Amino acid sequence: MIDTTSALEEIERKILAGERLSLEEGVRLFREASPLQLSSWADLVRRRLHPEGVVSYVIGRNINYTNVCWVQCKFCTFYRMPGQEGGYVLPQAEIFRKIQALVDLGGTEILIQGGLNPALKIEYFEELFRAIKARFPVHLHGLSPVEIIYLAKISRLSERDCLQRLKAAGLDSIPGAGAEMLVDEVREQIAPLKGSAAAWLDLMRTAHQLGIPSTVTMMYGSVETVEQRLEHLVKVRELQDETGGFRAFIPWSFQPSGTHLAEVKRASGLDYLRTVAVSRLMLDNIPNIQASWLTQGPKIGQLALQYGVNDMGSTVLEENVVTAQGAIFMVPLAEIERLIRDAGFRPARRNTKYEILAVA
Amino acid sequence: MKAVLEQLRRAGLDAIHDKVREGRRLDFEDGMRLYQAPDLTAVAHLANLVRERRSGRRTYFVRNLHVNYTNICNKLCKFCSFYSPPNGEDGKGYTLSPEAVAARIQRYAGEPIREIHMVAGINPKLPYRYYLDLLRAVREARPDAQIKAFTMIELAQIARVARRPLAEVLPELRAAGLAACPGGGAEVFSERVHEELFRAKLDNQGWFDVARTVHAAGIPSNATMLYGHIETVEEKVRHLLHMRDLQDETGGFMCFVPLAFDPSGTELGHLPVTTGYANLREIAVARVLLDNFPHVKAFWIMITPAVAQMALWYGADDIDGTVSHYEITHALGTASHRQALSPGELLDLIREADREPVERDALYNPIEQAEPAGIGRATGV
Repeated sequence: MIDTTSALEEIERKILAGERLSLEEGVRLFREASPLQLSSWADLVRRRLHPEGVVSYVIGRNINYTNVCWVQCKFCTFYRMPGQEGGYVLPQAEIFRKIQALVDLGGTEILIQGGLNPALKIEYFEELFRAIKARFPVHLHGLSPVEIIYLAKISRLSERDCLQRLKAAGLDSIPGAGAEMLVDEVREQIAPLKGSAAAWLDLMRTAHQLGIPSTVTMMYGSVETVEQRLEHLVKVRELQDETGGFRAFIPWSFQPSGTHLAEVKRASGLDYLRTVAVSRLMLDNIPNIQASWLTQGPKIGQLALQYGVNDMGSTVLEENVVTAQGAIFMVPLAEIERLIRDAGFRPARRNTKYEILAVA
Repeated sequence: MKAVLEQLRRAGLDAIHDKVREGRRLDFEDGMRLYQAPDLTAVAHLANLVRERRSGRRTYFVRNLHVNYTNICNKLCKFCSFYSPPNGEDGKGYTLSPEAVAARIQRYAGEPIREIHMVAGINPKLPYRYYLDLLRAVREARPDAQIKAFTMIELAQIARVARRPLAEVLPELRAAGLAACPGGGAEVFSERVHEELFRAKLDNQGWFDVARTVHAAGIPSNATMLYGHIETVEEKVRHLLHMRDLQDETGGFMCFVPLAFDPSGTELGHLPVTTGYANLREIAVARVLLDNFPHVKAFWIMITPAVAQMALWYGADDIDGTVSHYEITHALGTASHRQALSPGELLDLIREADREPVERDALYNPIEQAEPAGIGRATGV
């Protein structure tokens, strides 16, 4: 007989019935369920939410408008301190050139992210966003919560006012970056200056209330425990119950090489697939789970489709932050479509709202 | 349990599940169905059932060393980027003398290597004596390690240059140190593929005849299948069933090894790299169909350590070894092309997958301690 240990039977019953799992049950899934059980259960939930047999992706481009940042996260190799050699702010012409290249390729999403650069206040972003929107029919997905919190502070605005002005200037949605682990004990170790978990969640709450949706990430595999991963998932689920503003969840693994935490062992593909599956099972109120090609590579990225993932994220034309840390996976569009088909799904292009634009 | 049964039913695999559970033999149609079911996890559940029935949680690994004694080869296979033609026109050909091979092995004198895996091209200039000297030199250099050497193609060549039947030559090779054969050169049993990709090489029947003779001489071997080039699903199923038939006849196969084709640098360079799904599916289908094979291997160097680790739940109970010095192919799709894993890394990888590492020799005899004192911890997989 195919074995399912009785200890997990109650959890399976809840999954089949569509009932919510507790934090403790999530921890047990992590520790006791086999990879195949996790795959079967996560796939069942994925199928329930996305019965069409389609795996989506968006054609987008990352634009890192500045690399100047004073936060000094230990896992980051991208930043330059203010005044340090090698720091840059991209000129508008350069940004427009990058966007034009994307639009020429049929792309729809611009992901604008940078650092906490004290020289850039609200007027810089208002001007930039208005200029982009006046020129290009793209979706502006930009500025992580940490950047917006800082921007509000140096512009002497409330977070709400800051968000409102950004929205009015053209900001469509916010990437869920910088969530790292929404557990303060972990944040203090890996990014002590980045602000608290509550601050991150509060900013997202305000954004969602103003009609600015977002995604949410989790960077696992640094110094956290399994319980802390589940704490992160439960906090995300609670805010989603309140606002409904998260469109997708994106777990990715910490890339130790070249960082100040280089002694941390790089998380395995198995750990990624377990994490993806448990996330799919815990986050019953978030519709989409995105694969992280950049950190996992095409083989494990494809296998994630059997562990709860229904979206391949953005076909990345440029990603300076992760590549600086040594993860160098670049998967061209044709290859993404081949991998989706090879896994038995139909590839579909979507927009940032997760509306399907074309099924291939 | 309920979810899995429902999944098997939805995947159209419930009848096969019944057969597997009752230990009944699968047929060609079942093989096709296993390859074509889109739900890979459903197939994996069946493979894992067979795997755990045979090996429980055990996962075998070996401390091994690879030696490729020559890259000169007259077979000119289209899927190979390793060979150098015998006319020497590319200037890249090499042949290691038995002394040079011994010297290379001596470099690893401090490591408790149990298996020396030795395969190479077909260099028509090498006399029979060379092969005997090679085996003796390796055995003298490492008397504590077993020699697993010579694909079926090389064995046919050795008999040819000895000008005697293979059955007469094998006892001499064995006396010189040959303990087992790796089973390479099978590629895919199909006239069509043979004609198109490796015409100069031993044909399907030839491979079988050599394997049969090897087993009759009391030398066990592995069996392989090269996938991911121009082969069809039907051809793969037939290949597996042929292997199963031969195993019924001789019982000489230890392990089945699906080999992922690496197109880079070959005449088939336009083909894409095999996917993670394909890597795991080959392992899973082989495990379910080959009911008389003791082991199925995930050869990490071809499919990446990450996929090989997953394979321990998709039918594989062997993850090969530390593989120092491998030259024939390398896995694509990884951030770095790893050439070796430390024993500590291998152990970590097996244990993280909730499997129990068992160190083995070339013949799958367990070695007493999986982790003797003094093995370093993994430095990252």
